[in-house]
Amino acid sequence: MDSTTPAAAGGFEPRITAFVCNWCTYTGADLAGTSRLQMASNVRIIRLPCTGRIDPMFITKAFERGADGIIVSGCHPADCHYNAGNYHARRRFAIFRELMDFLGVAPGRITFSWVSASEGAKWRDVVNDAVTRVRALGPFTAYRNMVVVQATAPLSTAAADHSPPEHGGGGEGLRMQSLAAAGVDSGATKEVQA
Amino acid sequence: MARIGVFVCHCGENIGRTVDCHAVAEGCKDVPGVVHSVDYKYMCSDPGQQMVKKAIEEKGLTGVVVAACSPHMHEKTFRRAAAGAGLNAFLCEMANVREHCSWIHEDREKATVKAVDITRTIVEKVKHNVPLSTIRIPVTRRALVIGGGIAGIQAALDIADGGREVILVEKGPSIGGHMSQLSETFPTLDCSQCILTPRMVEVYQHPRIKLYAYSEVESVEGYIGNFKVTVRRKARSVDESKCNGCGACTQVCPNKKIPSEFDCGLGKRTAIYVPFPQAVPNLPTVDRNKCLLFMNRAKGRPDTCKKCAEACEKGAIDFDQQDRLITEDVGAIVVATGYQLYTIGKDQPKDNLKGYGEYGYGTIPDVIDGLQFERLASASGPTSGKILRPSDGKVPKRIVFLQCIGSRDPQKGMEYCSKICCMYVAKHTMLYHHKVHDGKATVFYMDIRAAGKGYEEFSRRAIEEEGAQYIRGRVSRMWREGDVIKILGFDTLEGEPIAMDADMVVLATAMRPQPGIDVLAQKLSVSYDQHGFINEAHPKLRPVETNTAGIYVAGACQAPRDIPDAVAMASATASKVLGLFANEMLEREPTVARVDEATCAGCFHCERVCAYGAVEHKDIKDRAGNVVRVIAYVNPGVCQGCGTCEATCPSKSVELAGFTDEQIWSEIQALGV
Repeated sequence: MDSTTPAAAGGFEPRITAFVCNWCTYTGADLAGTSRLQMASNVRIIRLPCTGRIDPMFITKAFERGADGIIVSGCHPADCHYNAGNYHARRRFAIFRELMDFLGVAPGRITFSWVSASEGAKWRDVVNDAVTRVRALGPFTAYRNMVVVQATAPLSTAAADHSPPEHGGGGEGLRMQSLAAAGVDSGATKEVQA
Repeated sequence: MARIGVFVCHCGENIGRTVDCHAVAEGCKDVPGVVHSVDYKYMCSDPGQQMVKKAIEEKGLTGVVVAACSPHMHEKTFRRAAAGAGLNAFLCEMANVREHCSWIHEDREKATVKAVDITRTIVEKVKHNVPLSTIRIPVTRRALVIGGGIAGIQAALDIADGGREVILVEKGPSIGGHMSQLSETFPTLDCSQCILTPRMVEVYQHPRIKLYAYSEVESVEGYIGNFKVTVRRKARSVDESKCNGCGACTQVCPNKKIPSEFDCGLGKRTAIYVPFPQAVPNLPTVDRNKCLLFMNRAKGRPDTCKKCAEACEKGAIDFDQQDRLITEDVGAIVVATGYQLYTIGKDQPKDNLKGYGEYGYGTIPDVIDGLQFERLASASGPTSGKILRPSDGKVPKRIVFLQCIGSRDPQKGMEYCSKICCMYVAKHTMLYHHKVHDGKATVFYMDIRAAGKGYEEFSRRAIEEEGAQYIRGRVSRMWREGDVIKILGFDTLEGEPIAMDADMVVLATAMRPQPGIDVLAQKLSVSYDQHGFINEAHPKLRPVETNTAGIYVAGACQAPRDIPDAVAMASATASKVLGLFANEMLEREPTVARVDEATCAGCFHCERVCAYGAVEHKDIKDRAGNVVRVIAYVNPGVCQGCGTCEATCPSKSVELAGFTDEQIWSEIQALGV
């Protein structure tokens, strides 16, 4: 699939966050790079030791922070570097996907795949397919108009605070911002306008 | 307050061609917490590393991000550099802007934007990195070698000669592997068994090698330095401590017509058998599937034939012997399980393998494969070294050899080249010529791959001195008419079809890993490719290691290769193992999990999901010594750092150093709009 095909809605390019395991998919993506396999540039990889490390809250947080699509990718069943982490990921994901569907998140936004360290071409295909699919679904705006907490201090000092994040929303560690208030664009490191 | 240094590498043109590295460095300057942001041509070079060290010292950096190649490439390099300047190694991370960016996108603008994103993400992560120190664990300085072919034998001898104990496990009744089946080896035409059997005996007699033949690896637990392996010692039905190898049992066994595996079906063996005369250990084995006594027992009938037990003067036959499970502690494992040959029949283990109908699906008599030809040529083989047709025992006057059967064939077989066939076919033509002076050898080839030392000269000799006829082209069809095999092929250099008759056809079939390699690999948690070949850690620079720490690979189970390469690889694994065993304590990465004892509720969900049993129960006591709570504790020597516990913990009380929730959330945050 060609990632340079003009999008339906006037040039919309989806932002996709990928949570991948270090041993299989990250290495497979490295192989894709070494093999110079060209692919869509919409995906940003977050490296984890194992897909078993993936907390479903990572996915909700990524959506909340503006991702239009998510990729979760790890070792093939029976091949997990840590024996069983990918099985835990798969089980968590099976339930989580039901929840996302129930919440109204289009299933096509989330891709779950097995890409081994020797499957550079498969990674390229996973990336291109996900980008094409999410582009067709359009931007994910469900959370973006929520106005929740306004930051009282610049993000950087808050980020340097080492207190453990509270689970379940609210608290020091989380900064949800309203796009309407802060204006669009750029990374979390820009100061939030109070 | 964070003081992060960002170093963006051009990597020559590798990154610089598609990513504007200077712009990336500039783009990170305004990130809160970044106090130093530069770009440079080659960060991993000495001057590049000096730049990092200088910046750490002069600017008091609390964290370093190197935006360059994959961390798999140079994370260690930069961590060492940082440590050299006094910054804890784990406060240094890499942002992958090469493999994951510059190399896969041609659009400079998009690639640069992405590179900035990737770098800023890692900057945010590093703000949450904490200093970590290396963990030291004891290491069991014994090795396990799986597979008793030439590679396994060499690895075992080298490790044992290096002063460490080795356990060698071989699934067949004897060690020696396929090399013991060969007649002569290229390019020297050395008698294969003559050079192999002294090594086999050396293994058997070596004080530091424990040989478990007719055994298989049942299960493997643990991790580098601390593996616990269970070996199934299969029941030969012979008591090793009593048998003296006299062979009387094999003489009297009434079931003499079993196709011999060692002779590739061309010879026969008895139900109680020694695979070949030079077998090590020299112990007979009862094939319980073919022995009359055991076949009767399976049907609930009484024991009738006990001829072998009656003939045995030592009373060594034990029909009630059971498999034994033995557990061994080892610190390193070498996988050297070797190969099998592709068969052209219809019955294939995978759907994408199709067999070769044009060559008769293996049903045409006198069409044999390379190993079968070796058995015919071998002096101790079923024909005592005479080349004879299996169908009628006559001497073939015309033999046609077909190369690339199953190899280089993505449609019906394997896409790869099996490396050894060009050489052994040349060898076969020579052996045939030496034994049948008026015999005519014809070879159908696609290319001649003779890359090793003396290999090209050897190949030329087959053609120029020994009279083999080489035809460039493939055979499209073979069938039998009367006594003769009819062959239809194409001669591409003449540009014409060619038809000929042959008395025997030898197929150079593809080399594949042993059956069941996937099951073994899963037991070891090593990765393998779609053919079953074990994956090396890096194809160029780490060819004998796997990605599973402590497990090494040697020989044809990793890729098709010949004997000298298998031996070299085996010696290389031995040097890795001896290096691992050089110190009493093994240093471990400190990226392990830790439980926050204040918030842990003691539900032990973490214990249930931990694949390594790293979670222990810890008593929390009051001042009087009463246990008030039992909480989880992660043993830092056992934890492998997968983080499944952290994702599972309902109260988020366990944290994986290096990949904490804070670090991951800050990365997600950084990618946000």
